[in-house]
Amino acid sequence: MMDLSTNYMGIKLRNPLVASASPLSENIDNFRRLEDAGAAAVVNYSLFEEQITREARTLQDDLSRGTESFAESLTYFPEPEQFIIGPEEYLDHIRKAKQAVNIPVIASLNGCSLGGWTTYAKHIEEAGADGLELNIYFAPTDPNISGAQIENLYIEILKSVKASVKIPVAVKLSPSFSAIAHMGKRLDEAGADALILFNRFYQPDIDLDNLEVAPNLLLSGSYENRLPMRWAAILYGHLKASLAVTTGIHTANDVIKMVMVGADATMLCSTLLKNGIGHVRTLLQDIQSWMQEHEYESVRQMKGSMSQKSCENPQAYERANYMKVLQSFH
Amino acid sequence: MERKLVTIEGNDAAAHVAFKVNEVIAIYPITPSSGMAEKADEWAAAGKKNIWGVVPLVQEMQSEGGAVGAVHGALQSGALTTTFTASQGLLLMIPNMYKIAGELTSTVFHVAARSLATHALSIFGDHADVMAVRSTGFALFSSTCVQEVMDFALIAHAATLESRVPFIHFFDGFRTSHEVAKIEQLSDEDIRAMMDEDLILAHRQRALSPDHPVLRGTAQNPDVFFQAREGINPFYAACPGIVEKIMEKFARLTGRKYNLFDYYGPADAQRIIVIMGSGAEACQDTVEHLAQKGEQVGVLRVRLYRPFSIKHFVAALPKTTQTIAVLDRTKEPGSVGEPLYVDVVNALVEMMPEKRFSQMPRVIGGRYGLSSKEFNPAMVKGIFDEMKKDQPKNHFTIGIQDDVSHTSLDYDENFIIESEEGVRAIFYGLGSDGTVSANKNSIKIIGENTPNYAQGYFVYDSKKAGSVTVSHLRFGPKPIHATYLINRANFVGCHAFGFLERADVLEKLENEGVFLLNSPYEPDQVWNHLPKEVQKQMIDKEVKFYVIDGYKVAHDSGLGGRINTIMQTCFFAISGVLPKEEAIQAIKDSIRKAYSKKGEEVVQMNFDAVDHTLKHLHEVKVPKTVTSVLEKPPAVSAKAPAYVRDVVAKMIAQCGDSLPVSAFPTDGTFPVGTAKWEKRNIALEIPVWEEDICIQCGKCVLVCPHAVIRAKIYEPQGLQGAPATFQSTDAKDRDFQGLKYTIQVAPEDCTGCGICVDVCPAKSKTETKLKALNMHPQPPLREDGRVNWDFFLNIVEVNRNRTKQTTVRGIQGLEPLFEFSGACAGCGETPYIKLMTQLFGDRAVVANATGCSSIYGGNLPTTPWTKNKEGRGPAWANSLFEDNAEFGLGFRLSIDQQKVMAEQLAQQMEAAIGGDLVKAIIASKQQDESEIFEQRRRVELLKDKIRGLKTPEAKRLTHLADMLVRKSVWIVGGDGWAYDIGFGGLDHVLSTGKDVNVLVLDTEVYSNTGGQMSKSTPRSAVAKFAAAGKLMPKKDLARIIMTYGYIYVASVAMGAKDEHTLKAFLEAERYNGPSLIIAYSHCIAHGINMTEAMQGQKAAVLSGYWPLFRFNPELTLQGKNPFILDSTAPKISFKEYAMRENRFKMLAKTNPVEAKRLMDLAQQDIDDRWRIYENMAVQFDSRQKEQNEPTQSVNAKT
Repeated sequence: MMDLSTNYMGIKLRNPLVASASPLSENIDNFRRLEDAGAAAVVNYSLFEEQITREARTLQDDLSRGTESFAESLTYFPEPEQFIIGPEEYLDHIRKAKQAVNIPVIASLNGCSLGGWTTYAKHIEEAGADGLELNIYFAPTDPNISGAQIENLYIEILKSVKASVKIPVAVKLSPSFSAIAHMGKRLDEAGADALILFNRFYQPDIDLDNLEVAPNLLLSGSYENRLPMRWAAILYGHLKASLAVTTGIHTANDVIKMVMVGADATMLCSTLLKNGIGHVRTLLQDIQSWMQEHEYESVRQMKGSMSQKSCENPQAYERANYMKVLQSFH
Repeated sequence: MERKLVTIEGNDAAAHVAFKVNEVIAIYPITPSSGMAEKADEWAAAGKKNIWGVVPLVQEMQSEGGAVGAVHGALQSGALTTTFTASQGLLLMIPNMYKIAGELTSTVFHVAARSLATHALSIFGDHADVMAVRSTGFALFSSTCVQEVMDFALIAHAATLESRVPFIHFFDGFRTSHEVAKIEQLSDEDIRAMMDEDLILAHRQRALSPDHPVLRGTAQNPDVFFQAREGINPFYAACPGIVEKIMEKFARLTGRKYNLFDYYGPADAQRIIVIMGSGAEACQDTVEHLAQKGEQVGVLRVRLYRPFSIKHFVAALPKTTQTIAVLDRTKEPGSVGEPLYVDVVNALVEMMPEKRFSQMPRVIGGRYGLSSKEFNPAMVKGIFDEMKKDQPKNHFTIGIQDDVSHTSLDYDENFIIESEEGVRAIFYGLGSDGTVSANKNSIKIIGENTPNYAQGYFVYDSKKAGSVTVSHLRFGPKPIHATYLINRANFVGCHAFGFLERADVLEKLENEGVFLLNSPYEPDQVWNHLPKEVQKQMIDKEVKFYVIDGYKVAHDSGLGGRINTIMQTCFFAISGVLPKEEAIQAIKDSIRKAYSKKGEEVVQMNFDAVDHTLKHLHEVKVPKTVTSVLEKPPAVSAKAPAYVRDVVAKMIAQCGDSLPVSAFPTDGTFPVGTAKWEKRNIALEIPVWEEDICIQCGKCVLVCPHAVIRAKIYEPQGLQGAPATFQSTDAKDRDFQGLKYTIQVAPEDCTGCGICVDVCPAKSKTETKLKALNMHPQPPLREDGRVNWDFFLNIVEVNRNRTKQTTVRGIQGLEPLFEFSGACAGCGETPYIKLMTQLFGDRAVVANATGCSSIYGGNLPTTPWTKNKEGRGPAWANSLFEDNAEFGLGFRLSIDQQKVMAEQLAQQMEAAIGGDLVKAIIASKQQDESEIFEQRRRVELLKDKIRGLKTPEAKRLTHLADMLVRKSVWIVGGDGWAYDIGFGGLDHVLSTGKDVNVLVLDTEVYSNTGGQMSKSTPRSAVAKFAAAGKLMPKKDLARIIMTYGYIYVASVAMGAKDEHTLKAFLEAERYNGPSLIIAYSHCIAHGINMTEAMQGQKAAVLSGYWPLFRFNPELTLQGKNPFILDSTAPKISFKEYAMRENRFKMLAKTNPVEAKRLMDLAQQDIDDRWRIYENMAVQFDSRQKEQNEPTQSVNAKT
């Protein structure tokens, strides 16, 4: 019997395939379909810091705009006794997802500052989430903010969240740190239960008709997994925290490679949006076939086997490889 | 029993009881009673129950006429039923009120008494409405303050059940309905104790039921009607006694003792004022003061006015009474006297044989307080002084200067009796800055945290954007009877620095009082920026002066422009009404209470604001000498016409009270074009034109809700003498080569809404964030802008006939004849009205339904309807809410008839005029601008020809000749009118086939009264009266009207497709028959960012929610499909559009499950409607095809 199980952020998973945060999780039925297709866990769509802070402000603005100005229309909306603001809907979704499936449900908090939003981690835990993914999406546009300040911010946010919950917390990292290994170590020391490599910074596009900068989401391709693969390979074995790779995981080979460099879990998003939820089943079958063909008994067996620490040519992950690559291009 | 003390408005007090003791509540919005209905709807939506554990069923109707019909039916069927109304609403209930009373049906209508529309509409308070129903048979029961509103509401409900006489429980609109006061709330136990279950059972047993059928509503004949009508007499005879008995029971329960007539004053008083309503409180205050000084004066307040108990009335008067002044808050032209006066005289005459008085008291009557005109102790004393005279004036007025009929009494305005105890504070705020809500909150804090009594009253101006609010707050250890504005304040807060130039904010501040100023200037700089007069007042009054930069603190705390929390904190920190620490904690507690349901972020922002405030509040030592050279600018320019300078300017300067009777037209007729003289300077930022980037598309001009951004195409010589900063460029249009082009902004009239910038499609090629219009701070641009604007207005533009009136680009230079209205900044209605005036204004007559458009169109002091240089422009009138279509049809009938008469006369006088000219005049179709131009020329020629003739026909024709130029009749109103209250009339008017143009400004709610649901409100939207979301889909008015087949119908949304809107307006007007344009009008009541509102219109169309189409019957005549679907199939979901607007988002925040259900249904509504329209767009063609095919086949066979 082939053992695909893995341990990710202290949670035992039946295999390394995790459905990452995406619009798919907005529908509770999709949790069931993902479970049926074989996904080991599902990361719920993200609750954004802005969503929490702006929603409240917007509601206040919308309700107060134009009020108390004119004698006939002192207000424009009825005043309900209670509002369901911010995470309530999200928390309710987590509760429903937990009721719907047996596989772990991981919540996702997305933000970039220290503030009240991090306290919602506690509510998420109370709603039943098995783990929490902290997506610290910080665009360092201010020339007055140094790399060290940004690194400290990550650590502080993590500590703030860790202090409020008992469930495991993963940090989704940016690939743009000057010293990723060092940053990984600091996060590990600050209590991260997993590091997810890496966040995709969605780049906006230009709308030439209207001369506007327009949001434009492009799905990833397999070629994009090289970056996280390399850093997983480097980090593997140096941290207590689990490693997960996200971005560019489309095929069984992608999954196998990631596990071999040390990933405890692989995050699936674009491939599911492109190929549908059933693709999880295909991936699992292909992984099993490959393992069978290559006589692997378990995921545990292959995990980290191609990491920098375990591979025969550790320099391949470093500067020497860079030179080789450039020279090999004709 | 300890009762809860609450700080609430009069409307809330009435609604509290009404909700608790009724099972069915039929409602319809009308100011100032809407608050009662809104509360009932909110409570029902929240599942709040009445004293029998049932949630009352709240049903909005299509009009007050509808509401009272439903009330009548519900009562007849056994439910305890009520309604709330005022003014014209009460008048619409009259027919049913006769029925309800004639059938001895127990009910209470709660009325916030308001003026009736006569020479003008007024939303404010007097007794004209309740006096108009005094013959219906309803009891009229008057409460005078907020506590009494709650108490009397209950007494009325108890009394109607026992007496079977239906009751109007009324209180003064605004003065009482909107006053915030600390009162003792009646508990459910109190209410239960007063409601007799046996009487309720009896009410139910009288109900219609097929289980014990009866018949009610017979038709009776001369033989019996009279006798049968007299049968009710015993019930009316018993009613006062029943009310008295119930008042006694109430007194035992609560300790508050009321009588049918309550006298206050010394037992041996000789001069007595008899009065009803809130004015009685002012009289009581004055009597207390005067009696202490030994004056023998008293006041008798009338509680139960109908049935009027003569016996109780006379018994309540001191035996020593010598002179009575009866005060009526209404006017009954042509009568012997106003109603209460007549009743009092009659009562005394009838009771004279009883010999209560040694001689018949002298009785004089007077009018006071119409339309919430201030009624204060100075006036009361004036009346008492008049009563001392040997020959006191009868049928007097008080509070105005009547220099026409000389009815008014003189009084000493300096007679002020404000209590020395406690705090008397006046706050000047901007409508949008949260001043009023802060003050309401302060009253609650003081009311609920101290043993002090508290009172708040708020005065608003007539503009919806940039309006000034004045709050009057009193706090003190004794009950507050002051139902009048504060005349001597010990605290004045000015929350907008600019007010110092516009109003005398320190006028009411007493010596050594506190002056708090929200100032953008640092404490050491502020003195130098104060106007000279203000400095002088501060020195003379030895003012304690505090400043804070409230906007900075608000901005830094994330509160935007709302400074409510900040200024409230300042008030508490300075006034000492509570110990500082205690006050801060109380503010924070109230912040948590008010905002926690809106999220922790909002709470935290306000907490931050409180803390920052204390650090930024500074006391400034007032210098000993005046140093300023700044003078207050005049209210209007010296160039303004005399009427504007002498009358309008006083109203603008908030001195309208000082204008005498002679200042006004006697029949409500006012000159047009006065808004341009009121330079409000309310925009913080205004658009600035970049001529090099501009593509001269004209979109900014089209969408500007306030007509403050205009384009002109003109000959180059027009630039002669141009100011140095005047901008101009070459006209880009090929037809105007060699001409110049300017976009000019009126800096002092702009509201800063930014819609023009949002729609501007032209961007800089080097820096794309720059458009052809960009917002910049107004103050530095004001002076140059003013000069440029004046220069611009005087440039001679190209002739109208040269402009292409079928394109937005082409019409941009047409002069708008609707400008600078007081509508909300970014209003979605006014661009349509403005467009209509650009195209047809010089020959338009407008019938305007009551609502937003009649308010921003016709509310004094200034009005936006104006005329062109030839003196032509729209003639405008507002009749009522419900009759607007009929009113407009009347215009058409009258104009058509006069045109026929003119044509007949012209034909009769053909010899003098010339046959060809007469024929040409009569034959002219006048379908476009050039034909109109030609016809005007012919008519002038006609007038020339008959000028010297002395015959009666010539005289008649001279006066009628202008009717030969086609007049454009426009019937304008909102969806509340068109879909609901006026629908029957609209339907009929359109069915007549007459050439009227109906413009429905569809905001999908009753915007003017604060956003109540209409039948136009879409499914899933939250609105007042639909607090739980609208359950049913929006009525498809267009489709209903299209079934006639001969009515032009268009659905337009300017923000989505402006050329389509223009086309529809041109087609509708040209169509020689009825036309209906339904215009998507975004509205502040949608909970949207008004700057981006046109994007919202686009989304509405893209989602299929608002399809664009035209139904043109002329096409039918041409054998074509009259229905043209002008928008494409939906490209985005309804949700994508809806989530831009709070009205749709809100339900998801209160009831997500229901929100999803309703949103799904709303999407279905859109899909279904789209399919129907799609079919309509093709079915005609298919039908034609089908009709053709068989014919061909028959032909083939033969």
